[in-house]
Amino acid sequence: MRVIVVGSGKLLYYLTRQFASKGYVISLILADEAEATNLSRRVRALVMHGNGSAPHVLEEAGARRADVVVALTPKDQDNLAVCQIAHKMFRVPRTVALVNDPQNEEVFRELGVSVAFSSTQIIARILEERAGFEDIANLIPLAEGRVTISEVALREDAPGADKNLRDLTLPEGALVGGILRDGNVIVPRGETFLRGGDRLIIISRPDCYDRVLRVLTGGES
Amino acid sequence: MMHLKKQDGWPQYVVIVGCGRLGSMLAGLLSEAGCSVVVIDINESAFDLLTAEFSGFRIVGDAVEIEILRAAKTDRADCLLATTEEDNVNLMVAQVARKIFNVPKVLARVFDPRREGIYREFDIETVSPTNLMAEAFLASLQNRREGQSCV
Repeated sequence: MRVIVVGSGKLLYYLTRQFASKGYVISLILADEAEATNLSRRVRALVMHGNGSAPHVLEEAGARRADVVVALTPKDQDNLAVCQIAHKMFRVPRTVALVNDPQNEEVFRELGVSVAFSSTQIIARILEERAGFEDIANLIPLAEGRVTISEVALREDAPGADKNLRDLTLPEGALVGGILRDGNVIVPRGETFLRGGDRLIIISRPDCYDRVLRVLTGGES
Repeated sequence: MMHLKKQDGWPQYVVIVGCGRLGSMLAGLLSEAGCSVVVIDINESAFDLLTAEFSGFRIVGDAVEIEILRAAKTDRADCLLATTEEDNVNLMVAQVARKIFNVPKVLARVFDPRREGIYREFDIETVSPTNLMAEAFLASLQNRREGQSCV
């Protein structure tokens, strides 16, 4: 695979090392000349100094034959320009951009970047999943965050344990879509009995999420 | 100093991104011509360049953040002018205005003439100061030659 990466700093360095270990053919474009010189001695890659959104620099880096262009600079406008120029002028099939403002994730996709990721979003998601409530795993936002799916452990002493599902007043915007019990998946109906130790798959609108958790586990997110 | 006539042809509501020499001049002129104008700049001190004719709103912020464009009510704008010194800012803001806020008329200042072509594909009008200036210089040279040939 032929990869061009535009960026700087540790992220660029470690990413290049990882790509190199997989045998990718790598070109790097750095804005800072001293950093470029320094990096060229430490990695197996073509290292260039220049403006990654300048068409002639991308071309020199091999954009015409590249499979992927990755833009990791701290400026969203530059990352967008790198990806768009790579795609439009040099027909690079896949472009990947770091977005610094999380709201630009959506914007970038709309403007033709194949993959846009926000480190803020990723870290926030990891925190939501792991920190604080280890009983909740895999909080997945769908449809631009208008629905979330999460897996919640029901403890023995939880308010929802040892009850019929129909006896629990769940908010209208939420439902228990599945129960994982002893390695089996149960699709619940009104008369399904919840037990301590069950793991519940909850499908919910974000505004109902706290209430569902309170009814089932007594906890809050 | 340039002046614009008050007439129907000017857009009603204009968002100007970048309050440098170009942005502040356009803001003053369009404001004087009767347009509602909002100017956005990342540095508050940039607004010092605005003339007495300017009667619109100022927003301090980075227009590359969609929230800032939302605060400027870009969805209701008839026209957005991206005039900052950075090509990539202008091109990004212009595309967001066009594609996400559906602003009917969007103009971006682009210094690098080699990039103009790509952005035409995105339905964004660009103005290249470099091209304009080269044309002006050459036109002036040509006038001089024609002037001499008359003698």
